[in-house]
Amino acid sequence: MTNLSSELVNNLRLIARLDIKGENLIKSIQLEGLRVIGPPNEYALKYYLQGADELIYMDCVASLYGRNHLSDIISTATKNIFVPITVGGGIRSVDDAFKILRAGADKVAINTAAVANPQLIEDISRQFGSQCMVLSVEAKKINDNKWEVYTDNGREKTGMDVVDWVKKGIDLGAGEILLTSVDKEGTRKGFDTSLIKSVSEQSMVPVIASGGMGSPDDILEAVNEGGASAVAMADILHYGRSDIKEIRDTAKKAGFGVREYAIE
Amino acid sequence: MPLNEIVIIDYGVGNLLSVKRGLEHCGAKVLVTSKPEEILNAAKVILPGVGAFKKAMKALDNLGLVKVIQEVANRKINLLGICLGMQLLLDESDEFGLTKGLGLIPGRVVAIPTKNDDGMINKIPHIGWSKLINSEGISYWNEGILKTLGRSDSSYFIHSYMALTNNNKYTIAYCLYGSKKIPAVIQRDRIIGCQFHPEKSGEVGLKILRDFCES
Repeated sequence: MTNLSSELVNNLRLIARLDIKGENLIKSIQLEGLRVIGPPNEYALKYYLQGADELIYMDCVASLYGRNHLSDIISTATKNIFVPITVGGGIRSVDDAFKILRAGADKVAINTAAVANPQLIEDISRQFGSQCMVLSVEAKKINDNKWEVYTDNGREKTGMDVVDWVKKGIDLGAGEILLTSVDKEGTRKGFDTSLIKSVSEQSMVPVIASGGMGSPDDILEAVNEGGASAVAMADILHYGRSDIKEIRDTAKKAGFGVREYAIE
Repeated sequence: MPLNEIVIIDYGVGNLLSVKRGLEHCGAKVLVTSKPEEILNAAKVILPGVGAFKKAMKALDNLGLVKVIQEVANRKINLLGICLGMQLLLDESDEFGLTKGLGLIPGRVVAIPTKNDDGMINKIPHIGWSKLINSEGISYWNEGILKTLGRSDSSYFIHSYMALTNNNKYTIAYCLYGSKKIPAVIQRDRIIGCQFHPEKSGEVGLKILRDFCES
């Protein structure tokens, strides 16, 4: 699938990603070696006011313990944050999804449980709509044209090919793909552009590129060459190496259409 | 019931909490309910919704709310449908087989075309922030829920189907996705529908909700 509409670039979304462990915002490198950053909702509010187009909260140890702790955090966040919120980590059933949506989330991102039981993708998209069902994919490079699906926050290999899995996920009703490069995550070395390209060429639904953003300029390649519809940013924001305004300005200069946002 | 009370219809679909929080942020008193008498006593009514058209109509029907919402319109109570709630206002939808809607604004719901006229492909769902564009010859912009919006204000869309009215005069604002015009706000008298989510559109969306509360 080529010939993507140039207007797609006119809907580029800048997403702040918050990885959570317990009550803390954390950051890892290649999904390992967690460092505590601070209270998640302080950062979430800051990013909202900076003009983040969406927020993603990911409970990164939830799969390990089989539960998601984010309901309270999300419920508090939605009191003063009015942009879409996606929640992932440890969502294993339609009922889990229902609870997190009732707490104020707009979408759920599912990786481990979807791999274990692909039917869950169909069940959630039937119940709440495809727009609610984000397939979260953790991809690790095997060679230049091949990536393997990992689960449990990059800990477990599955033997599945990333592109094949994404296609299957879309067939089952996933409305969006959150594509995290395990190799690039937290490294500040830029996105895995060929991964993004391989997936986005085969995906009729929007692809969010995640993992590796080192500087605002890194989005240019992810969008122009990779074909990403959105970028998820963590490290670069948490450590204040840039902010959403600067990243938005970079995108605008490159000719991408982004939401007009004036900080009041 | 105080006159400023806004009722959000609860029929089991949608992120009701966010709509409620958005309205409360604007200073409104909000009641989330599926009880017909409470809905009919409201100063204003919001019909939220995400997901599939057919399922939503079935849920409304099961709760006996189809007639209630039609009565809301008859009684000239301001009614705002959001996203799927907007699409439900129309006569019918193509989604998963033809389904009858509430029939409050003439028109039908169809899938967003995946291809532009130039053959370029649009990813579906349409997800993201799009600028609201005033339809030509429509004056609602100055007096309705969009009255305080700036010319480059964008709001957040997430949908695969769109609400096409039978008459251009009902589509007061649209957005562009690829080269396709997508109806963004439809209105017939006191019945309004937003394809985007005002409760998820930051300060721009809150302005729209505030203007609805004060309308």
